[in-house]
Amino acid sequence: MAKLSSTFKNMLLSLFFICLLAAGLLAKVNDMTKEPIADAKALKLEEAIKDVVPDFDNNPVTESYKVATDSGDSLLVYPAKKGEEVVGFAVNSYSDNGFSGNIQVMVGFDMGSNVINYAVLSHAETPGLGSQMTSWFKPQVHESSLIERIFGFEMKKAEVKSSIIGKNPATTQFAVSKDGGDIDAISASTVTSRAFLEAINKAYVAYAQSNDYASTGATINASEDSIEINE
Amino acid sequence: MNNKTMTKNIRVLINGVVKDNPVFVLLLGMCPALATTSSGINGMSMGLATMFVLICSNIVISTLKNLIPDLVRIPAFIVVIATFVTIVEMVMNAYLPALADSLGIFIPLIVVNCIVLGRAEAFAAKNNVLSSLFDGIGIGLGFTLALTALGLTREFIGTGKMFSVSFFPEDFGMTLFVLAPGAFIALGYLVAIFNKIQRE
Repeated sequence: MAKLSSTFKNMLLSLFFICLLAAGLLAKVNDMTKEPIADAKALKLEEAIKDVVPDFDNNPVTESYKVATDSGDSLLVYPAKKGEEVVGFAVNSYSDNGFSGNIQVMVGFDMGSNVINYAVLSHAETPGLGSQMTSWFKPQVHESSLIERIFGFEMKKAEVKSSIIGKNPATTQFAVSKDGGDIDAISASTVTSRAFLEAINKAYVAYAQSNDYASTGATINASEDSIEINE
Repeated sequence: MNNKTMTKNIRVLINGVVKDNPVFVLLLGMCPALATTSSGINGMSMGLATMFVLICSNIVISTLKNLIPDLVRIPAFIVVIATFVTIVEMVMNAYLPALADSLGIFIPLIVVNCIVLGRAEAFAAKNNVLSSLFDGIGIGLGFTLALTALGLTREFIGTGKMFSVSFFPEDFGMTLFVLAPGAFIALGYLVAIFNKIQRE
């Protein structure tokens, strides 16, 4: 078949049919992937909650509620319950003061206001520097590398007081040591460390409030707001 | 199929990997090559995603080449390429969310990768479907191998790991190589080594 000449009609028809086919194909794929994408997002949230609170048997996502903070916004709190008893809270906190903007973290507290664990949900910090916050604030683990296993010696890291796990924000100063706090900042990423600790402190404020609700025996039901957000 | 066309197609495929390697020889697609190769696995997945788009767009464009008038060929090619890129993005979000997170904006940016449009224009619009398929595989493979090599080099020097297997402790790595400047330095050396070996 000879090549179509560039007349107005040919160009119009050719582009029209190519776009029509593309649109049809995309609509089909969108339809097929819509559910898996939503599932993947929900699963990510659930995994993060599971990581940061003790074992629970309720559904924290449907029981989540919002708690207002001093700065005028509100944070989502996910209560974890075993039977009827509340065993911990996961708080979805954030900071806008990261080196590259917004940082979202999920922080878990037990009933004695100690941090159980945290998970970074999303961030845009520099890979290799600020991105270390996903493990920096947890206790150091020495992962023995191939060269150490072969030659049988240990290359030790410098000791840092960077872990926030098991510490209570009420008794430990959650600020970087440069600012007079008790936590060592990530080397070369003080801005990220400050933002991260800001998010943790914010989460603690929200936790303290929800803990008050829980201890006074007030029933907390999922508000309509939070249900909307969880969709 | 006779033997002659097969040999020709095989040669097209090998050319894509060696003589016309998009990263090391043609120096095309530098943006994803520098930005996404902070680890071996990232580089490889970026390469595979681009390879998929390249193969599909090459096939479709060489099939449609006589139905696309010359004056509107660029918009038509871009629509075809963008369709496949969007499919890759949606599928990746659905089934490999962690990978989609780490590649981020660079998946949608495959649309403007000059390798894909360049091959559509320079090869698929002039050759038959079968040769275009082989060209897509060849160039895609060349791109994937180059990005994997660059990613592994940076990951190894920067963090002491290769595909997340630790060779020496992370604290003894040069963080520079995981950051942007290290990408340029590593790429420069790899291009030099590749061209030296190829010339001999």
